[in-house]
Amino acid sequence: MIAEVGHYALVLALALALIQATLPIAGARLNDRLLMGIAEPVAVVQFLFVALAFAALTTLYVTSDFSVLNVYENSHSAKPLIYKITGVWGNHEGSMLLWVLILALFGALVALFGSNLPQTLRANVLGVQAWIASAFFLFILATSNPFARIARPPFEGRDLNPVLQDIGLAVHPPLLYLGYVGFSISFSFAVAALMEGRIDAAWARWVRPWTLAAWCFLTLGISMGSYWAYYELGWGGWWFWDPVENASLMPWLAGTALLHSAVVMEKRNALKVWTILLAILAFSLSLLGTFLVRSGVLTSVHTFASDPTRGVFILCILVFFIGGSLALYAWRASALKQGGLFAPISREGSLVLNNLLLTTACATVFVGTLYPLALESLTGDKISVGAPFFNATFGPLFLPLMIAMPFGPLLAWKRGDLYGAAQRLTAAFVVALFAMGVTVAITHGGPVLAPFLIGVAAFAMTGAFIDIVERIQLFRQPFGLSLRRLVGLPRSAIGTAIAHFGLGVCLLGIASEAYYGAERILSMKPGQSVEVRGYDLTFDNLIARPGPNYRELVAKFTVKSGGETLGILEPSKRTFTARNSATTEAALMTRGFSQIYLSLGDVGDDGSIAVRLYHKPLVLLIWLGTVVMVIGGVFSLSDRRLRVGAPRAARKPKLQPAE
Amino acid sequence: MTRKQRRLVLIGAGALVLAVAAALVLTALRDSIVFFNSPTDVVEKKVQAGSRIRLGGLVQPGTVVRKDVDATFDVTDGKNVVRVTYRGILPDLFREGQGVVAEGTLLDAASFRADTVLAKHDENYMPKEVADALKKQGHWKDDYGKKPGGAKQ
Repeated sequence: MIAEVGHYALVLALALALIQATLPIAGARLNDRLLMGIAEPVAVVQFLFVALAFAALTTLYVTSDFSVLNVYENSHSAKPLIYKITGVWGNHEGSMLLWVLILALFGALVALFGSNLPQTLRANVLGVQAWIASAFFLFILATSNPFARIARPPFEGRDLNPVLQDIGLAVHPPLLYLGYVGFSISFSFAVAALMEGRIDAAWARWVRPWTLAAWCFLTLGISMGSYWAYYELGWGGWWFWDPVENASLMPWLAGTALLHSAVVMEKRNALKVWTILLAILAFSLSLLGTFLVRSGVLTSVHTFASDPTRGVFILCILVFFIGGSLALYAWRASALKQGGLFAPISREGSLVLNNLLLTTACATVFVGTLYPLALESLTGDKISVGAPFFNATFGPLFLPLMIAMPFGPLLAWKRGDLYGAAQRLTAAFVVALFAMGVTVAITHGGPVLAPFLIGVAAFAMTGAFIDIVERIQLFRQPFGLSLRRLVGLPRSAIGTAIAHFGLGVCLLGIASEAYYGAERILSMKPGQSVEVRGYDLTFDNLIARPGPNYRELVAKFTVKSGGETLGILEPSKRTFTARNSATTEAALMTRGFSQIYLSLGDVGDDGSIAVRLYHKPLVLLIWLGTVVMVIGGVFSLSDRRLRVGAPRAARKPKLQPAE
Repeated sequence: MTRKQRRLVLIGAGALVLAVAAALVLTALRDSIVFFNSPTDVVEKKVQAGSRIRLGGLVQPGTVVRKDVDATFDVTDGKNVVRVTYRGILPDLFREGQGVVAEGTLLDAASFRADTVLAKHDENYMPKEVADALKKQGHWKDDYGKKPGGAKQ
């Protein structure tokens, strides 16, 4: 019964999406207020129906109703409750349902908080949003119905893929989808602007908070996914340049570029046509990511077994939306008026440079990800493009970006003074040189690139706050006065500084992990010890322990440093009975920002065990840096300027007399 | 600066960055891509010793020898066999008779030193390259490709 209710709710949501996709747009054409007014209530009700369907599937999972195929294939009655819930999106059908749930959520948010948008724009935006929703509802209902029943229900489910039974998975996909799908709003705004043939600074002001919010979620989502891969896959790496990781990085790069170009558009009314293109690209790359992951063309831990019809269907959706929006762009973009002039050395110029480097970096990732697919379908040669390719292309493009980053906020709009900016960055240069010196001194030699990268990271981190320090006249005025000035600064300026600082922190972690890590692979017997970077690890014993839906073999290691016991590490190997498959659970010990990482290999006949041990200096900074970036984004999002003009604050105008 | 000059500077900068990126991509594509080969490809295509490749096939049952953290095993596609040596920890899903992809250096036509070993991601999934290579040699069995829904009624 519950499954049928969920299925029916999805069909109703599709019907509503079709209405929302046509009538409001027609209304905007005919200037009919009544037709346009349909959009908002329909968008909200459509969301409620999808939410009902999602709740139905979740209920089926929680109650372990194995008469539903999807639940049978991905759940088990002995699975802990949390993984029964997260298992809902740990499979193809369920994750697509989560995708449309978030899509409908964003549509409903625009409907609820967009009352300060011009009515035609709002009707068109919601119309475009409903086109996307209709396509994906059709996709789910035609090829990936999560509510399909089994005629003779089995007693027990087949359990969820063990590597997905982890708390990291509980948060990673929803965050990632909030980011991916969040770009659909900027896309809808861009297409709506093209349909109306009108775009102005106010448009950028409406789009920016949505883009920023989506960017924050995507950043967190990618970061969570990376941390999950780091501790769950047991390989000690945090980024593998796996096609699926690249699929999430590409929209992030395009979205980051969009975030910056929208600033130029909002402040200076320039780069309009480019901003529209970026908005289209960011969501197109999200769709491409969905295609790559969901069609099964790639082999990855993220791809669930799928049949070819799905791939073709998603490919059709992809071609329709990307092709359609780009055709519309080619046709209508010339109608948009060009604005504001600026010198090459200026704030605008620096943001153009930012966009140039980000989009080019994005293009190299695109080539590296799709080239193997293209080559295989053209010549049949199978190749793999791995980390060496991306390090050689992405790195040289991203490094200049990091060096240029502190200059941007120090240049004036229209015409800037590069020499002046460099002078103001003297402190940052000094700190960078100092950081390089310290690195060389404590590490004695090693690769030349490593101290340089750490210097760049220090430069970016210090440089990020120069503008703020100067504006609040820190150390030149009494501290209290500086603090008052800080409170008075626009939140977006503080947000920028924090986010740029976060990127520097991230680079520091990456450089230190990549160049100064230590690795040991060896076979150990109980009682043996191994030393890494001044830590002594003693293998005490091996014990068997039962879990809820698995058995595990736990190795106990005592960690000592200079005779003092720091703690116990318990890496384990788990065998999941339902699928007869195994996972390795790495054990981590955090010391400051560094970690000791211990993971197990095979157990030998003589009781010895293969061990992989890493010392990863400052590795936590990689993820902390991204969190700092998100904090910067949230700060920026709370800026008064965005709140006043933004859809988010739409409740406020209700206090004013009606227009 | 006139409007035209400014535009030229912008376009010039764009072209420069794009040219640098294109050069980087082309050199990297020449130097750092790795071709996938089955044991039969290694023999038939006469892959040069010392080249870096991905080798895929099935782990021949009964050939896996482990000593501490060193392992040797045979990878086969039913027609030819390549002996693989590997130092490190084999993945959880590495099993005899199952699909495997190893990346490393070809020593000669019958031996290979792997630095990375990837096994299929779950019980029901075979790396696509391995599946294709096996199909080519006529050793594909239907149960390899069984999807989780295979038990569907």
